[in-house]
Amino acid sequence: MAAPGATSIDTAAAHIAGATALADWLVIAPVALPILGGALLLMVRHRTRVHAVLAFLFLFASFLSSAFLLARVVSEGPLVMTMGRWLPPFGITFNADVLGATFATAATFVATVAAVFALRDINVTGRRYGFYSFLLLMVAGVDGAFLTGDIFNLYVWFEVFVISSFGLLVLGSERRQIDGATKYAVLNLVATTVFLITTGMLYGTFGTLNMADIARKAEGLRETGPLMTIATLYLLAFGMKAAAFPLNYWLPASYHTPRIVTSALFGGLLTKVGIYALLRTMMTLFPVEREVLSGLIGWIAVATMLLGILGALAQSDVRRIIGFVVISGIGVMLSGLALGTPLGVTGTILYAVHSILVMTALYLLAGLMHEAGGSYSLHETAGLYRSHPLLAAMALLLVLAAAGLPPLSGLWPKVMLVKASIESGAWWLASAILVSSILTVIALGRVFALSFWRMDAGETVERTDAERAISPGAGYGVLAALIVPAIAIGVYPEPFLRLAAAAAAGLADPASYLDAVFPPGGGS
Amino acid sequence: MRTVIFRTTAPYLTSLMVLFSVFVLLRGHNEPGGGFIGGLIAASAFAIYGIACGVAPVRRALYFHPMGLAGFGLFLSAMSGFVSLAKGVPFLTGIWTSVNLFGVSLDLSTILFFDIGVYFVVVGSITSIALALEERERD
Amino acid sequence: METALAGLVGLFYAVAIYLMLSKHIIRVLLGIVIFGNAVNMTIFTAGRIVREVPPIIPAGAERIESVVANPLPQALILTAIVISFSFFAFLLVLAYRAYQELGTDDTDEMRVAEPEGESLPPLGY
Repeated sequence: MAAPGATSIDTAAAHIAGATALADWLVIAPVALPILGGALLLMVRHRTRVHAVLAFLFLFASFLSSAFLLARVVSEGPLVMTMGRWLPPFGITFNADVLGATFATAATFVATVAAVFALRDINVTGRRYGFYSFLLLMVAGVDGAFLTGDIFNLYVWFEVFVISSFGLLVLGSERRQIDGATKYAVLNLVATTVFLITTGMLYGTFGTLNMADIARKAEGLRETGPLMTIATLYLLAFGMKAAAFPLNYWLPASYHTPRIVTSALFGGLLTKVGIYALLRTMMTLFPVEREVLSGLIGWIAVATMLLGILGALAQSDVRRIIGFVVISGIGVMLSGLALGTPLGVTGTILYAVHSILVMTALYLLAGLMHEAGGSYSLHETAGLYRSHPLLAAMALLLVLAAAGLPPLSGLWPKVMLVKASIESGAWWLASAILVSSILTVIALGRVFALSFWRMDAGETVERTDAERAISPGAGYGVLAALIVPAIAIGVYPEPFLRLAAAAAAGLADPASYLDAVFPPGGGS
Repeated sequence: MRTVIFRTTAPYLTSLMVLFSVFVLLRGHNEPGGGFIGGLIAASAFAIYGIACGVAPVRRALYFHPMGLAGFGLFLSAMSGFVSLAKGVPFLTGIWTSVNLFGVSLDLSTILFFDIGVYFVVVGSITSIALALEERERD
Repeated sequence: METALAGLVGLFYAVAIYLMLSKHIIRVLLGIVIFGNAVNMTIFTAGRIVREVPPIIPAGAERIESVVANPLPQALILTAIVISFSFFAFLLVLAYRAYQELGTDDTDEMRVAEPEGESLPPLGY
């Protein structure tokens, strides 16, 4: 560190001495590449033609790097890089384990696919306004949250994706969007501020912000420190971000207002970051406190999934129905966290991956339905089965997936969660999952029946054929790209189950996570 | 706000503030100062110019769109982290070099470029928000 | 010192939450600003307050021998200030636009995204 000419100081006690292998850069590539891409797109904001191409290339590169990262993490254990060569816990650590890498891979895949769909959805004005740069920065924030090993850094990545999501949300500046964005912005700001308060308290208690270091020190501080308060406050903050009852009303107020591709990304990615943060803090950092809170989390889960899906039943706008279905899915994921057993957490992780794929696909389906039928309202859309049979087939698959019926991806995680609840004696949780699944079938089945099977809506709609940059076929292709992995998880679940189980094992027993940050026999 | 006195002095004030912001940016290397505070000073300079002479002259004077400047800054900061790739050390490690410029030895580091990037990000984003607010006032 | 600051932080939280419970966006925004400052002071207090010297290693030495102030909370607060500042700037623009477009700053009347009296979905066909 010393400037040339100054007396040389031995910094071995503070610095990592060994060289960083080139492969270690994989851990920051999924974050750094979208940031670079987003910055580049801001610089060339007038050349809207290159935006989509550049954005796609950067997103695809970050998808590839997260996939490689996942492969490496699965084969060789967690991968660590500490910024600026400082020894952990002093430097900010990026720490990829199976959970983070899995989520990052799913998120970048969905974002890449959505960037293609955005070609249809976002016009030149939207691109000039910076749609693609906000998209890339949001992906960087989401990936950063999945891969960072420092809790304050997690807060920073939360803010990065929340600020970018504001940009995406108000794209177009319609009245509805501004109304929705105001509520979304205020509630999310309060949630991240609560997160920051808790982090401040955590720092006061632990004197460290490195998550591995916190997990290491938690045992010794359990008697004296206010760990229960910290864990409960994290539950509040991340529950708000994840749209858990009773803090979920910002989601149905805002998610249906932006462009459909933005809704799709929000529904697919943002709430899952909340779930990820809950898993990380509750399972790795505060397992004992989670045990105490498990009853509360369980009832929150039940309320979220049931009230969410009941909300969906009362809506007539397809996008708002999907918004409530997203909330209901959050409840299902929380149930695994409430149980805390390996099987339950595995189910939660698998359900989160399924939800990232399927919720995005559902919103994109709504966009295509709007294009085909001219309206989002169930009162006005009808007869799409006759005019768009292919879309109807994909819609049916997505309804099955979201409801958790075979042969799609929703089945296995729900089976695991129900099994885990019964094993733990939580029959009420199991029955809530089953009831919410039936209600999901009714809510989404009704969308399908009314929009596709019904011959005539009785009300005529004026078709507004907007200009599309690419053919409708590409929209179907994008939807198919999301459905194929969902079918793969449903039909051949073994590799995905193994992956989710490995992620859950890494959460429950963070020994390898800790060893990666603090190598045994070395470091502080 | 568009009084004659203010409109006459604003350009001088703006140029002085921008100059001072660069000074603060470079001073931040060893003393209080740095990219963030420097960027804020520059952004308030442009905001003052906007209040005095209107938003259009500021946009013309900046030449680049403020968000473009912010993008450039973000790009510069991110790239300065990647310099360490060549040295085999982790991301964002500070790397120093010394160049001899006209007989004066000048210490350059990736940290300096990171800070310059921060400066541009702050100038760009805050100026664009300030200009957006000022534009609204007049319609 | 810590006790006094803790009391002040509590007062800030009380004021912020009171303001955020208001129906009017402008008061909510003021509450958010105070909330942000309360958080910064929380972190500052949590990092222990030491009135000693700044944490700079003197030339020639390898470590600090005396008690020094903790630099980390200040770095955290700086980050938090930057973030809450940009957040607030954005929210200010957004609230102003909302006031212009919707003609109200009362959240009870902001029902464009979720109109009142929406009909139920069709129950059959």
